[in-house]
Amino acid sequence: MEITVAEALVRCFENEKVETIFGFPGGTILPVYNALYDSHIKHVLVRHEQGAMHAADGYARSTGKVGVAMATSGPGATNLVTGIANAYMDSVPLVVITGQVPTSQVGTDAFQEVDITGITMPITKHNYLVKDPKSLPVVMKNAFHIASTGRPGPVLIDLPKDVADAVIDFKYPAHASMRGYRPTFRGHPQKINEAVKLIESSQRPVIYAGGGILNAGAVEELRYLAETINAPVTNTFMGLSSFPGDHPLFLGMLGLHGTRYANLAVTQCDLLIALGARFDDRVTGKIAQFAPQAKVVHVDIDPAEIGKNVLVNVPIVGDVKQVLSRINNAISPKKDHTWLDRVQQWKQEYPLEYSQKEGELKPQYVIEKIYEHTGGKATVATDVGQHQMWVAQYYRFNRPGALVSSGGLGCMGFGLPAAVGAQAGLPGETVILVTGDGSFQMTMQEMATAVEQELPVKVFILNNNCLGMVRQLQEVYYDKRYMATQFKFLPDFEIFARAYGIEAFTARTGNEIDEVVKKALAIPGPVVVNCLVSADENVTPMVLAGKAINEAIDC
Amino acid sequence: MRHTLAVLVENNPGVLARVAGLFSRRGFNIDSLAVGRTDNPTVSRMTIVVEGDARVLEQVNKQLHKLVDVIKISDITADEFVDRELVLIKVSVDPSLRGEVMQIADVFRARIVDLGKKTLTLECTGNNGKVDAFEESLQPYGIKELVRTGKIAMQRGSRYTGFTERSQKMNGNQED
Repeated sequence: MEITVAEALVRCFENEKVETIFGFPGGTILPVYNALYDSHIKHVLVRHEQGAMHAADGYARSTGKVGVAMATSGPGATNLVTGIANAYMDSVPLVVITGQVPTSQVGTDAFQEVDITGITMPITKHNYLVKDPKSLPVVMKNAFHIASTGRPGPVLIDLPKDVADAVIDFKYPAHASMRGYRPTFRGHPQKINEAVKLIESSQRPVIYAGGGILNAGAVEELRYLAETINAPVTNTFMGLSSFPGDHPLFLGMLGLHGTRYANLAVTQCDLLIALGARFDDRVTGKIAQFAPQAKVVHVDIDPAEIGKNVLVNVPIVGDVKQVLSRINNAISPKKDHTWLDRVQQWKQEYPLEYSQKEGELKPQYVIEKIYEHTGGKATVATDVGQHQMWVAQYYRFNRPGALVSSGGLGCMGFGLPAAVGAQAGLPGETVILVTGDGSFQMTMQEMATAVEQELPVKVFILNNNCLGMVRQLQEVYYDKRYMATQFKFLPDFEIFARAYGIEAFTARTGNEIDEVVKKALAIPGPVVVNCLVSADENVTPMVLAGKAINEAIDC
Repeated sequence: MRHTLAVLVENNPGVLARVAGLFSRRGFNIDSLAVGRTDNPTVSRMTIVVEGDARVLEQVNKQLHKLVDVIKISDITADEFVDRELVLIKVSVDPSLRGEVMQIADVFRARIVDLGKKTLTLECTGNNGKVDAFEESLQPYGIKELVRTGKIAMQRGSRYTGFTERSQKMNGNQED
């Protein structure tokens, strides 16, 4: 069948069962948009290319499918870069298409030309510049395969305009095949046996579970293991929602702003079972004193993560779902409660806490109210900063994949477009954005996308009139010299919402927020809730730079 | 410690940038890198000499493996191997001293590849140490120009870093 490469590209999407594409058109990508005109694939027009990237990212995280984003050459492509880096850091499967100037002009500094494959080399799992029109179907098949298998990640395909216009005989390959790409899925049986022996002989095990659990769909296996061996479970930020937030074995998040009991348990444990986690610096604190008494079992699909930051006793490269089900088959139950009792005691002794006086509105309280009214089942997108940590601490996730947030890159401005993308992937479900007044202003133009696409995202702005997390850092590390963190001007978010034809509320006190959350959730369309929260509230506990995680301070 | 890696890669445009970029952004030190295609025109072979302890080398190996264009990596440092480097050196030599320089060339089994009015250009192959020594002995005459290829290396005997279905399978399950 003779069709253009642009038409072939759309056929490839159809073959990969792509339902939604997030994008923004421009000159060099026009052949693809022209081909999309005849397709049933839904195109979500964003207001800035960064929004397309984050929306595709939010879509992928909440649905588990590969997200697709598209932009034109030059500035269109460079505007994607932050979003690509974000997806790369958090291992999100995306296929990104960029237009490129015609091959005859590549390398001449042509209008809207930029070397996007060069720019994105360090932040993509792989990328392609398509020079041979005939290669497009194979490139697409491989791109989807690379993005979605092994440790997922973004793959970029740069398509010069003349290539897009070329005519090829289209046939979509049945299988991807690359001799340099073969992820290991099955854990080594001998290592699995060693892990089982270590677990059985341990007295004080802790499970440290990361985003890999969600990527692998290993939620059931994780729960089975924890309950069988009576091991408390702590999550990395990326791992949140992989274990029920209200489960008695759950310790919440560990690390820099982790719970004291999670950090204590890790410090005191004799076996750390790391599952799909990467010993990130926000988790470990001073690495020499991280889990100092523990032997370490580390399961990860990415061999490069094993032994990168800490020495490991039992390394297992493989899909964490497959590895866990093998471990679970071999493991015998543990009955001893001594360790758990100790951990429970820490939980009683060092709970997360804050206090809210009459007439005040504390940000933590807002999160607790949202949790109460959604039962921990809503999809919660966040931006980056204090509000994000409060979501991690106070929203007890009860549905796998319910947290959509920028972990590794810590990218302010991620929230709204990601919530829009998540809602596009989950029509009819409750999608909430918890954001801050700083983060929200970075990408709030995407409100137009939400309205245009009838995506009823519920936006809660924890408005403290400042860049709270940075202000907190200045308070702790820079002697309260608040430079460039306090806004002298903020837009009126209620009027902002009305400009988009959206309902909006402002809440100032604890009494008000209860009512407002209920009302906001009941409204069928998008809502903006401006929560005027205490400006001097800090995220606590906090592990200072260079300290061990059991040395957290209150601040 | 210095390690010698034999790396088979897809002969794609940009593959050198991918490998070089990886080394620079992860802070690995490349001593030398030589690249050219193999008997299979779709496959190139890189010989990379990299400095680092066992932990660094493990990361180099694993991070390289993550590149889709990398097909196979062998750290041949611990194996018996043959390694060679080619150097071209142009020295300024007064005709009266030509004989001397040619004697040095003889000692190193170097060849004279160009003879100018006041210059001699010599070609020498050998392992690192030999090429270093050759360079040193020509130093007193005044080196005008020098170019080295970087090391290429190959295991001795029946061990090899080739691309076969079998080696590919082993490659895919490296960690097992």
